[in-house]
Amino acid sequence: MSEPLLAIEGMTKTYPGVVANSDVSFDIGKGEIHALLGENGAGKSTLVKAIYGLIRPDSGSMRWRGAPFTPSAPHEARAAGVAMVFQHFSLFDALDVAENVALGMDNPPPLRRLAAQIRKVSQDYGLPLDPDQLLGDLSAGQRQRVEIVRCLLQDPHLLIMDEPTSVLTPQEVDTLFRTLRQLRSEGRSILYISHKLEEIRALCDKATVLRLGKVVGRCDPRQKTARELAEMMVGTKLHQPERPPHAPGEVALEIRALNLASPSPFGTRLKEVSISVHAGEILGIGGVAGNGQDEFLAALSGEMRAPRGAVFVKGEPVGHLGPNARRALGLLCAPEQRLGHAAAPEMTLTENALLTGAWRQKLVKGGLVNWTKTRGFAEAVIKRFDVRTPGPQVVARALSGGNLQKFVIGREIMQRPEVLVVNQPTWGVDAAAAAAIRQALMDLAQGGAAVVVISQDLDELLEIADSFAALNAGRLTAKRPVRGLTLDQIGLMLGGADEDTDAAA
Amino acid sequence: MIDLSSINPVVLAAALMVAATPILLAAIGELVVEKAGVLNLGVEGMMITGAVTGFAVAVMTRDPYLGLLAAAVGGATISLIFAVLTQVMMANQVASGLALTLFGLGFSALLGQGFVGVSPPRTPRLDFGWLTELPVIGPILFRHDPMVYVSLILVAAVWYFLNYSRGGRILRAVGENHEAAHALGYNVRRVRILAIAFGGACAGLGGAYLSLIRVPQWTEGMTAGAGWIALALVVFSSWRPWRVVLGAYLFGGIIVLQLNLQAAGFRIPVEYLAMSPYLVTILVLVVMSSGRARKTLAAPGSLGRPFHASG
Repeated sequence: MSEPLLAIEGMTKTYPGVVANSDVSFDIGKGEIHALLGENGAGKSTLVKAIYGLIRPDSGSMRWRGAPFTPSAPHEARAAGVAMVFQHFSLFDALDVAENVALGMDNPPPLRRLAAQIRKVSQDYGLPLDPDQLLGDLSAGQRQRVEIVRCLLQDPHLLIMDEPTSVLTPQEVDTLFRTLRQLRSEGRSILYISHKLEEIRALCDKATVLRLGKVVGRCDPRQKTARELAEMMVGTKLHQPERPPHAPGEVALEIRALNLASPSPFGTRLKEVSISVHAGEILGIGGVAGNGQDEFLAALSGEMRAPRGAVFVKGEPVGHLGPNARRALGLLCAPEQRLGHAAAPEMTLTENALLTGAWRQKLVKGGLVNWTKTRGFAEAVIKRFDVRTPGPQVVARALSGGNLQKFVIGREIMQRPEVLVVNQPTWGVDAAAAAAIRQALMDLAQGGAAVVVISQDLDELLEIADSFAALNAGRLTAKRPVRGLTLDQIGLMLGGADEDTDAAA
Repeated sequence: MIDLSSINPVVLAAALMVAATPILLAAIGELVVEKAGVLNLGVEGMMITGAVTGFAVAVMTRDPYLGLLAAAVGGATISLIFAVLTQVMMANQVASGLALTLFGLGFSALLGQGFVGVSPPRTPRLDFGWLTELPVIGPILFRHDPMVYVSLILVAAVWYFLNYSRGGRILRAVGENHEAAHALGYNVRRVRILAIAFGGACAGLGGAYLSLIRVPQWTEGMTAGAGWIALALVVFSSWRPWRVVLGAYLFGGIIVLQLNLQAAGFRIPVEYLAMSPYLVTILVLVVMSSGRARKTLAAPGSLGRPFHASG
């Protein structure tokens, strides 16, 4: 067997109170797409930061083509031939594409020559880019191209990609995979980090699975099912959310031709949004982030007031009402941002339970808070949704993302809403907690509530939703039943079509 | 009696450049600081520190240029207090900046006690030969002290540095998105500390220009809000060097004009005239920075946010 490109031996890194990596070893061969699989907090990011020279491991060694490799800064890693595409892009909105590329290079040529190189490389790999465009004007897919082109200009031997598809439409993912396969055929290696199992099965040659900082498995992902991979990641049998057959009831939520400007200067205006959701139905709303999801949620929660006749709950116009009046009528919402929007970080779980539960749970009487009853409500949420915390007296900030998410979703579900709207219910939540949240949403719909799930995770929507609609630049497509919907159709609904003609040009 | 004929437009235009220079110097420094993503509200404190150190050194050495140099060093030194607080100890930038202003005002009063009523050495005006002899243009443009030209050269240098050099690109990147800059391997803290020191040096020069050339005298609290005007100029010029020049000259022009109007016996309470420069400058710059092309006018993305490199 030929020598691996990069061999990692016994890597250990601890932070105060956390072992991020413990005795991790694996090899990446030449011309191989190697998957690094694991849940949030499994230690994937720490590991790649060590390879890229951003942190130093406490112990363990790396060998690059057989020679010891100890990068102490990113430029040393880049000099050896390691390039990295970051999960949250390392790009600058106020600078143009060429400047952004130059910032990621150690000895950039003058900008004019660099612009020509960018054009050439981006054409060669099917990733068209205009070097003079301001980065702030680009879509997520185009931003990623900037990152990739920046890496390719340095002729890397190993390309590290950290969760590259989390912000892409299915069409953009296809374009990306074509590029990655082309790179593999040129003999370059790719370290591909993801928790999207189907992608890994489609793309990768080998996989290393991490759990709590340790390597718990190695496999050929093409030989495994997505379920087997997921169970390797989680370490237990996964409970698959399910729901008995059901028939939709009456219309519970209706939006009629809603037009609304965004309060934020970089927000998206809602344009002619119309949709109806029946009791017992789960409507999934897909779309790439920034296409009006936040505004849509705010328009439903009452944070943004609409004309009276634009939003109806069970036939009653509520568009002009604020959040509390809508809660009283049974329209509840759980926004995406857990800390600071769904929950007040410095307040206890009891106080946070009061914030949205005061009306429906009758926790306030004559202007005074009934703390005993409020604490009881918070405890009930904690118990039913298995929130891991010492008790309701803990402040929200102290909870892990998954536990707090269970709490804020549970808080709304326990108020028995007629209509529940949630945005990104399982974002940044581990697989077991995500499955529990999805099951709870399905149970709620089974009990006769209308549920609207806004998410960028298409797999999640396809798993739990009955019908699907997509937000694109503030417009909502007509809804279609999920059964029989293909990924291609969904991609077109998401508005990926424009992106794709651009990519083919 | 109003006697407008006593106002000579040529003298007015020449005086405008002198009146604008201290603010221009402080503002161009603060622009660099804010482009690096740091909001230093201590401009007033750094200016007055520069004013007193520059004055003291010039008086003791009898050399105005040594005084100006000392003012730049003094301003940079006191700005490093802010740099240590905000970049090393991660203190709140707004509070630290305000503290720096209050500290500078008090500290300069203490240092300057022996210098009240002393007159500093004169700073000679430059002579450009036949250019200075030109009618109208000569007195307006070519009969100033060197610092007027230094301030304009400094603006040009900052403009070139920010837009066309690698260092400037890195500085803008740090100010725009410090996490991304860190991930690419740039030393966010070092870039910011250097920017803060540059801003301090510029503010110090601006202060010394007041005490050594414009007034020239040392009095307690003599900057009288010039640092705050410089801060406002940076924001309203939407972080563009040449617009800072425009704003500073507009402000200087109105200061000079209102002084002349007062001298001419214009029958409006003096207080209204005295506040007019502030009002007009802010109004004009607000109108300029509203509306079109918002994206490029926007503040640096990481402005005022502390950066802590973790994991």
